[in-house]
Amino acid sequence: MSVLVDTDTRVIVQGMGKTGRFHTDKAIAYGTRMVGAVHPSRAGQTEVFDGETDHSGVPGRPDAYHAELPIFRTVSEAVAATGATVSVVYVPPPFAADAIMEAASAGLELVVCITEGIPVTDMVEAKSYLRTRSSRLVGPNCPGVISPRQCKIGIMPGYIHEAGRIGVISRSGTLTYEAVHQLTQVGLGQTTAIGIGGDPVNGTDFIDCLQMFNDDPATEGVIMIGEIGGTAEEDAAAWITANMTKPVAGFIAGTTAPRGKRMGHAGAIIAGGKGTAADKIDALEAAGVVVAPTPTDMGAAMLEALGEATED
Amino acid sequence: MKIHEFQAKELMKVRGIPVPQGHEVTSVADAISAVAPLIESTGNPVVVVKSQIHAGGRGKGRFKEYPDIAGVNVVTAGISGGVEAARTRVGELAGKMLGSTLVTVQTGPVGKQVRRLYIEQGVDIDRELYVSVLLDRAVSRNVVMASTEGGTEIEQVAAETPEKILRAEIDPGLGLLDFQAREIAYGLGLEGSAIKNGVRFIEALAAAAVELDTDLVEINPLVVTKQGQVMALDAKMSFEGNALYRHPEVQDLRDLSEEDAAEIEASGYGLSFIKLDGTIGCMVNGAGLAMATMDIIKYVGGEPANFLDVGGGADKEQVAAAFKIITRDPRVKGIFVNIFGGIMRCDTIAQGVVDAVSEVGLSMPLVVRLEGTNVDLGKRILDESGLNILSAVDMKDGAQKILEATRS
Repeated sequence: MSVLVDTDTRVIVQGMGKTGRFHTDKAIAYGTRMVGAVHPSRAGQTEVFDGETDHSGVPGRPDAYHAELPIFRTVSEAVAATGATVSVVYVPPPFAADAIMEAASAGLELVVCITEGIPVTDMVEAKSYLRTRSSRLVGPNCPGVISPRQCKIGIMPGYIHEAGRIGVISRSGTLTYEAVHQLTQVGLGQTTAIGIGGDPVNGTDFIDCLQMFNDDPATEGVIMIGEIGGTAEEDAAAWITANMTKPVAGFIAGTTAPRGKRMGHAGAIIAGGKGTAADKIDALEAAGVVVAPTPTDMGAAMLEALGEATED
Repeated sequence: MKIHEFQAKELMKVRGIPVPQGHEVTSVADAISAVAPLIESTGNPVVVVKSQIHAGGRGKGRFKEYPDIAGVNVVTAGISGGVEAARTRVGELAGKMLGSTLVTVQTGPVGKQVRRLYIEQGVDIDRELYVSVLLDRAVSRNVVMASTEGGTEIEQVAAETPEKILRAEIDPGLGLLDFQAREIAYGLGLEGSAIKNGVRFIEALAAAAVELDTDLVEINPLVVTKQGQVMALDAKMSFEGNALYRHPEVQDLRDLSEEDAAEIEASGYGLSFIKLDGTIGCMVNGAGLAMATMDIIKYVGGEPANFLDVGGGADKEQVAAAFKIITRDPRVKGIFVNIFGGIMRCDTIAQGVVDAVSEVGLSMPLVVRLEGTNVDLGKRILDESGLNILSAVDMKDGAQKILEATRS
């Protein structure tokens, strides 16, 4: 059916500010089981949501929703009171790494961090802390995780998704939407789409996701969207060669990016001669991945990888 | 954020990391008057005149105006001629270097104007080594990298003789441990008093890198003097943008004259903008999509003029600012706006485009590709605006249309 999140997933929000409220509202409209929030200065209050149901989400719901989310001081208190297993972090950058560690300490299975702009040093600390805990981190600086028709956690527009056969893994936000949209248009749909984020230090990586999708019976193929910087795509290519049993398509952004210039994402920079798009494309193609020549061809590349491409 | 060599050395000096004595100057007169105190206090008649620009390769770089003068010059006139001869030679060099254009492998053929010099003491070099501190993404930790091959390109060393690279991970909780610093010192072949000095240097450098949230600290060369001192002959330091908010003293070191004016202006509007050399301006939401848009322009045979990410929640003012920045570049012949609306609604961006065009005018072709939230409303706003905007069905179509329009 999906990986990481499904209709049973109970989610709390860390950071019920303007952004946190906006996206919590969208998630509830989609049908995600949002059960509480953590916001120390507003603890004890209740956040109320009313609106029109987003029928591109979980099926079989009435046309309107009403939800009341209790706000807690700490993640532990929120977990104890709500039984949540997943948190989504909208906490501002200076405090976001601490929020991630708090969620891990409280024993949540999955922490999805949307926040963009967290200092690398903070993430180095958080990542070190996470090694001592069993929690999985997705992000930071990512659109989130969605299993279409089941659960939407993050900032992606729900309606471009459709339940289907393909696992999506991406370092980029809007480029993920582009891929998802094309998969929906060609009728393949998605099992789960995971934004792993554009920062140099992040939680879940390509290999973790490939493994999950490889083990998920509902997923028939995977598309991975990478970009310049680091060697995560090359490492993924090696893993695919050794382990992957399902077809994989891909796209790498940044073929034309100049060396030494950071392309928006903190992680997207060609430094020390490493991390070029050409290196990544070569590695993926050598691993049997069908790499789309342009971002318009991602859906077609996935069809080709599945052996379902139609002759023009 | 990059800083100059002399600034990096000041940050190091106050943290107990040995650096040669030196003076930053911006005039010939100051360059000359820096010489005597250096020679008197160090007892070394040699001084070095170093261009201060935000680019590497200065030693091998040459001035456009004076092709026989390098970006870094060792002045030995003082050995036989005394302080006065050294002053004269430094004056000659400073007169030519200041205000001239230095071209290095990193500046590109355009070069960079030299506005400041660093007059530094000469050092009796016994050995030239390399040390740096940077993030290793594969382990999500900072690492100290060191090599006996100082003065050369470290990438070349890593590629050709990887066994010559020493490496130690910095534990974020514990910092660099004593034994790790000792292992590097031994690995570098330090002997006698240089071992203790090297260990101190490496530990202090690692601590400074973590404390200051650097992207990169690179000491190339790290020198061992004939007296067994270990010091940074050159120093390159850059800082991680996300952490600058907690280092106001580092923010103060920013030299705007070294940065691209359009990129500075864009960052003031919250836009991520990088100037490139092509003719097709791009305006996109999201960094990955912005890169992919540049790629597809190139794929269909065009050349992108810029990278521009308006971000996830751009308003009309930001869109208008983006338009102005793109169109100010005289090489730009057309603009491709590529938006996948998620949180950002297509009608907002469409209205922003219409308002911006109405305000700043449009003297070149404009292709807009909209997809995502409120796409139909967005397209209607563009259609009903009466403006000459070409609409595209997808990214490739948009890239082809703008290329065609700029060629006709």
